[in-house]
Amino acid sequence: MTEALLTIEGLTKAYPGVVANDDVSFRIAPGEVHALLGENGAGKSTLVKMIYGLVRPDAGRMTFGGTAFEPATPHAARATGVAMVFQHFSLFEALNVAENVALGMEDPPPQRQLARRIREVSETYGLPLDPDRLVGDLSAGERQRVEIIRCLLQDPKLLIMDEPTSVLTPQEVDILFETLRKLQAEGTSILYISHKLEEIKTLCDNATILRLGKVVGECNPREESARSMAEMMVGTTLHTPSRDEKEPGEVVLDLAALSVASANPFGTSLRSIHLEVRSGEILGIGGVAGNGQDELLAALSGETPAPPEAIKFCEQEIGHLGPNARRRFGLLAAPEERLGHAAAPDMSLTENALLTGAIREQLVAGGFLRWPQAQGFAEKIIAAFDVRTPGPANAARSLSGGNLQKFVIGREILQRPACLVVNQPTWGVDASAAAAIRQALMDLAAEGAAVIVISQDLDELMEISDRFAALNEGRLSAPRAAKGLTVDEIGLMMGGAHDMEVAHVA
Amino acid sequence: MIRLEKRPSPSRTVGMLTPVLAVLLTMVAGSVLFAILGKNPFLAIKTIFYDPILGEFAFYYRGQLLVKAGPLILIAIGLSLGFRAGIWNIGAEGQYIIGAICGAGVGLAFYPADFWFIFPLMVLAGAAGGILWAMIPAILKTRFNTNEILVSLLLVYVAEQILASMSLGLLRNPDGAGFPGSRNLKQYEAAANNELIVGTGVHWGVVAALIAVILAYVLLNRHMLGFQIRLTGESPRAARFAGVRPRLLVVFCLGASGGLAGLAGLFEVAGPAGQISIDFNVGYGFTAIIVAFLGRLHPVGILLAGLLMALTYIGGEAAQATLGLPAAAIQAFQGMLLFFLLAVDVLTNYRIRIGRMEAA
Repeated sequence: MTEALLTIEGLTKAYPGVVANDDVSFRIAPGEVHALLGENGAGKSTLVKMIYGLVRPDAGRMTFGGTAFEPATPHAARATGVAMVFQHFSLFEALNVAENVALGMEDPPPQRQLARRIREVSETYGLPLDPDRLVGDLSAGERQRVEIIRCLLQDPKLLIMDEPTSVLTPQEVDILFETLRKLQAEGTSILYISHKLEEIKTLCDNATILRLGKVVGECNPREESARSMAEMMVGTTLHTPSRDEKEPGEVVLDLAALSVASANPFGTSLRSIHLEVRSGEILGIGGVAGNGQDELLAALSGETPAPPEAIKFCEQEIGHLGPNARRRFGLLAAPEERLGHAAAPDMSLTENALLTGAIREQLVAGGFLRWPQAQGFAEKIIAAFDVRTPGPANAARSLSGGNLQKFVIGREILQRPACLVVNQPTWGVDASAAAAIRQALMDLAAEGAAVIVISQDLDELMEISDRFAALNEGRLSAPRAAKGLTVDEIGLMMGGAHDMEVAHVA
Repeated sequence: MIRLEKRPSPSRTVGMLTPVLAVLLTMVAGSVLFAILGKNPFLAIKTIFYDPILGEFAFYYRGQLLVKAGPLILIAIGLSLGFRAGIWNIGAEGQYIIGAICGAGVGLAFYPADFWFIFPLMVLAGAAGGILWAMIPAILKTRFNTNEILVSLLLVYVAEQILASMSLGLLRNPDGAGFPGSRNLKQYEAAANNELIVGTGVHWGVVAALIAVILAYVLLNRHMLGFQIRLTGESPRAARFAGVRPRLLVVFCLGASGGLAGLAGLFEVAGPAGQISIDFNVGYGFTAIIVAFLGRLHPVGILLAGLLMALTYIGGEAAQATLGLPAAAIQAFQGMLLFFLLAVDVLTNYRIRIGRMEAA
């Protein structure tokens, strides 16, 4: 076995009430792409923060290149040769690429020299990037390149990447993977954090799996199936959502040239969207974040008004109606943002059940609230969707993301919608809760409801959709049967590489 | 290192205890203030908080307590509805003045007739005046997106000018030998808001305040509109999703608070004050903001807070008279109450941790 670049032995970090990392050990060899797998809350972030000098471990030790490694600050970690690309970019939109890169450097060279270095590095690694462009004009994929190049200029020996593909189209992912392989060939090690198991199978040499802060397994992802790795992450056998094939029924929701100008200057306007959803059918809508997903949900839920004829529900014009009038018809929605949009954080689950259930569950009589019935409805959701909480009197914000999401989706499903629109139904939700939510959506469709699932998780959409369409800059592609769609075709529907030049790796 | 840690759920116990803590802190800081002014701090606190209720002259002060608390509670209840929804009516003082002018104007128009309906009509006119004055910021906000804080506040000064002009002009007592101020409504039986039970200070305004407390409680806890008000305050985006129409809510909340402030003005001008005069308003509309927050925007809390605030007014006057404390010191003392309340408020959602700070 070759000398390891980074060894981690017995790292432990406890926060009040929770052990984030418990005796974690693994090693990364030079030139190895090592995956760190785990559900939300498994302790991945705490672990990489310790490696990057943001958090100090309570116990355990690390060695880097054979010597003891105890970074007290990110500065010390960078000096040793560790670089990190965060999931959320820290870039200034009003500055150009070179200026942004300079801001992240310890000792930036003069602008012109830096611009030349950026060009060199970007060509070497197949990441074309013009140092003079404003970051505000760049796509998400190009912004990520800025972060990566900022790291590469430090000549790192270990590059940490936290969920790098969540904002990329499949084509952009391919470009990124080319770059990472080239880095690997040069001997740079990569610690790759993701929950997308197919990506890990294609890219990584080894994987360490964390569950509840402990290492529960190591594996070679190329020899495992995505399912077996998911089960190691969750610790139980996963139930794959399934349903019987059925012919779709009547058209329930019909959008004809729906255009909505965004109220927010940084939002995306919807442009002439056409779509039809039939009862018993799940329509999956994919697309990179920020291409009109929130706006589409708001237009369908009734939060943003539209011309009456642009939205037809069972042949009635409803575009001008507000959320409650649409609920009366049976058009329900579950937005992406759980806290603050789908639910009020400081209100109890009973009050949150009332939030959308007042009309269809008859929780109001003559303007007066029927608290016992509202509590009963909340209890019904908690029981039917296995929401882990001491009771309906607890505040929404005290629930974990997965449990609150089950509550939010369950609240709509139990109201027997004729059409349900959900945005990111399993975002930030653990694998077993995600499987339960997907199954519930498929059951709902099997019972004859029309379902629209807006999601950035393509695997999810391919798993549950009958038809697939993609949002790109506020336009919706023509829906196509999901069965048999290739990743390339999906990528092109999502806008391809967003005008990024495809790299030619030297 | 002391730091704040967010609680998983807001603590109800702490939420009920913070006003008590704020009162205690105010007493401590107030004592320091009074000591610096060279007065015996214990005597001052006793004069403000104890004497009006249980002291030698309590029989006089107790009646005053309800006379002062009535308008404070009535106005604060109205303000609390808007504050719950994040709609900030700061101009209750102006609505109070306009309510008083409209109500008194109707009463004086009938002078010296004696009909049973004169007083009820004045009550309606007082409420209508307050509502209309509050509709100015409401309509400007819903139509042109202006800030209701600024508009309602500035309209207070407009209302004060109208008040001055009325006491010198239109409503001036024709038999008043040229002195500014209207006829005294207390001497006009059909329009007077007299004590209902002699010696208690209970007049129709106090009754109205109690009814408002009950209605507000029912509205907030049992009615859909109250739920929408609370939801809008908690999370405007979730409220929109739940089908709340924000503009309607702005009009309702400003209308309700304006109407109640107008009523308070009418009951005051027809009762304790007796007449429209240049210095008719004494700041109830502003003090009611403190009362609303001191009462945690909860109807029962406001009832208690109104009584407490009235006590500091009466006790403060007593302290001015017997101990020679300057009026500004009493005002500073009342201001401290709001300051400490807001400061300890943070404990409802956060707890204090003493320990080492974690990097990052």
